[in-house]
Amino acid sequence: MNAYSVKKDWFEPPRYKPRLAVFKFASCDGCQLQLLSCEDELLELADKVEVVHFLEATSHIEPGPYDIALVEGSITTHHDQHRIYEVRAQSKVLIAIGACATAGGIQALRNWGDHTEFLRAVYAKPDVIDSLSTSTAIADHVDVDFELRGCPINRYQLLEVVISFLAGRRPRIPQHSVCMECKRQLMVCTAVAHGTPCLGPITHAGCGAICPRFGRGCYGCFGPAGQANCDSLADNYLATRSNTQTLVPLLRNFNAAADEFRETGDRVDEQSDSGVAK
Amino acid sequence: MTLKKVTDGTHCGKTFFIDKLELEHLIAHLTSSGYTVVGPKVEDNVIVYAEINNLADLPQGYREEQSGGQYRLSKSPNSNYFEFNLGPHSWKQYLFPPEAVLASAKRSGNRWEFDSSTEENGEFANKFAFLGVRACELAAIGVQDRVFAQGTYVDPIYCNRRSNSFLIAVNCTTAAATCFCTSMGTGPSCSRERENEFDLALTELDTGFLIEIGSEKGAAVAELLNSREPNEIELQAGKSLLARAVSQISKQLNTTNLRDILFNNLEHQRWDEVASRCLACTNCTQVCPTCFCSTVTDVTDLTGEQIERTRHWDSCFNLDFAYMVGGTVRNDRRSRFRQWLVHKLASWHDQFDMSGCVGCGRCITWCPVGIDLTEEVYAIRNTPPSKRSLPVQSSDQSKVCAVGKVRS
Repeated sequence: MNAYSVKKDWFEPPRYKPRLAVFKFASCDGCQLQLLSCEDELLELADKVEVVHFLEATSHIEPGPYDIALVEGSITTHHDQHRIYEVRAQSKVLIAIGACATAGGIQALRNWGDHTEFLRAVYAKPDVIDSLSTSTAIADHVDVDFELRGCPINRYQLLEVVISFLAGRRPRIPQHSVCMECKRQLMVCTAVAHGTPCLGPITHAGCGAICPRFGRGCYGCFGPAGQANCDSLADNYLATRSNTQTLVPLLRNFNAAADEFRETGDRVDEQSDSGVAK
Repeated sequence: MTLKKVTDGTHCGKTFFIDKLELEHLIAHLTSSGYTVVGPKVEDNVIVYAEINNLADLPQGYREEQSGGQYRLSKSPNSNYFEFNLGPHSWKQYLFPPEAVLASAKRSGNRWEFDSSTEENGEFANKFAFLGVRACELAAIGVQDRVFAQGTYVDPIYCNRRSNSFLIAVNCTTAAATCFCTSMGTGPSCSRERENEFDLALTELDTGFLIEIGSEKGAAVAELLNSREPNEIELQAGKSLLARAVSQISKQLNTTNLRDILFNNLEHQRWDEVASRCLACTNCTQVCPTCFCSTVTDVTDLTGEQIERTRHWDSCFNLDFAYMVGGTVRNDRRSRFRQWLVHKLASWHDQFDMSGCVGCGRCITWCPVGIDLTEEVYAIRNTPPSKRSLPVQSSDQSKVCAVGKVRS
């Protein structure tokens, strides 16, 4: 057995507990619930930070400033457009969590539609509704210190990000493809072996390749991987195993407005309109 | 049966004939000798490598069709056990596991207590018997032996698992459209020229197996089987089946002067062309039986009481793989694809005195967009390079993620 002595004061608890706040914008709350889902680690986390604003957990809230702000949801109203500036101004570190906060979420599908038409169809009195015609990511409005992907986010990744910022180190959140997670678990490639149009090769890791594990293709809920080559995958899938009717909705999903997915989705959609590919 | 020693004083090189069902005894003998028998098995319409308990686990009567980005399993009119070639798995996953704990420690007062029962310290009970190792895979194990066991830095996990393993090779009697072992000089039949490569080697005939003894360890196991001397017809049948496999191989990789050709064409326009298709998804490196890159991470629990150092398979196609202080060294798909191919086929020679490619063709089949390294090499070899203006500013470069500046 090896033993290394460590300076004793290394273990002394910090005198000041960092203040953590959680904010919600246009979203389903699923991502911030991941924080509550950290059941085993929750008490330990509460020991490390002081949770001062987390409406999903307690109605007791305290004003800023905050050391770490976790921001869920996208910007879809004028009110939120201003509110995110306030949050940013009050926060040392701002971490955007989830597909809504990092790419606009499923509600970004409105970016392709007619906003006033939606308002008319949904609301009895559309004129009392004040909303934007687009749903956009937090980073489109303010500086973001870290973006954690996923719909919903992975709670262990959330813990890793929070811990890393507390420790002042780089979060260990790999930006490679889902394929890597899939292959490390020695799972069968559903794209190659079954001809499924799986988005794994262009999708950011973090989910543990949960869909391929159950024999279905990845549908990209963690958004594009680092330097994802969406065009090549789309062209190949159109030629070998899919069509525009499948591929466009697949790319226009929870991360529809993420740059790489949006550009390729739009291009494939144009092809289908012009009859190049079916 | 008693084995007669051949002229060199060992059993090695001797060939016998066994019935197909005798394979059941072989599996049973190995299991009772403490081996975990691993072999081919059908899972999710693919032949994978998994634990084998009896003959029924083997993929009897299956054949596969492989091409770039496509793999299909189908029923064969024959009832042979080894009519397929290769699935996505390789023996690498047992010798160089995708995830391994290298060290772990617990805080005890103001000291760290290291757990000494890690595999790195030799604490590993599993002995693997690999059933159905193809010739190219034997070569791949040879490459990894060179990488992990014969250099300055020896990997204890690999060495421990490798020295305890028992290899039952199978000669290929068919070839997939993606196979090019003949170009790489690794197959399709297993040869004993490289010393102690296999313990036993099987050639599947319609009537039974020819079983060749490759080591004393193999002889000891073969002695327990009901075998007989093969007759001339059986030996001839075996030879013609091996010849059939050779004749079925259509893919070729011209290796003449390849190292220099690649090094002299580092700015060839083909790299740009292939980068437009490459997904950098890492599938080729994960299915490659020789790729050995890994990453090591230290993980603490929330309290900092428990730390663990783990090793995972990594890939040169990952952005994070070449991340150093200040950024990523290979910051576009072009440079990462070039790194992979040039390392595999050129600088591997400088590093390990051998090629890193054994011609199994897995990277071709399991590439989602079917990139074929033999075609890329052909294009680089046979098209003159055009002048490339430097430096290249890839549009990808603005999208690199780093703490503090996620989007630039």
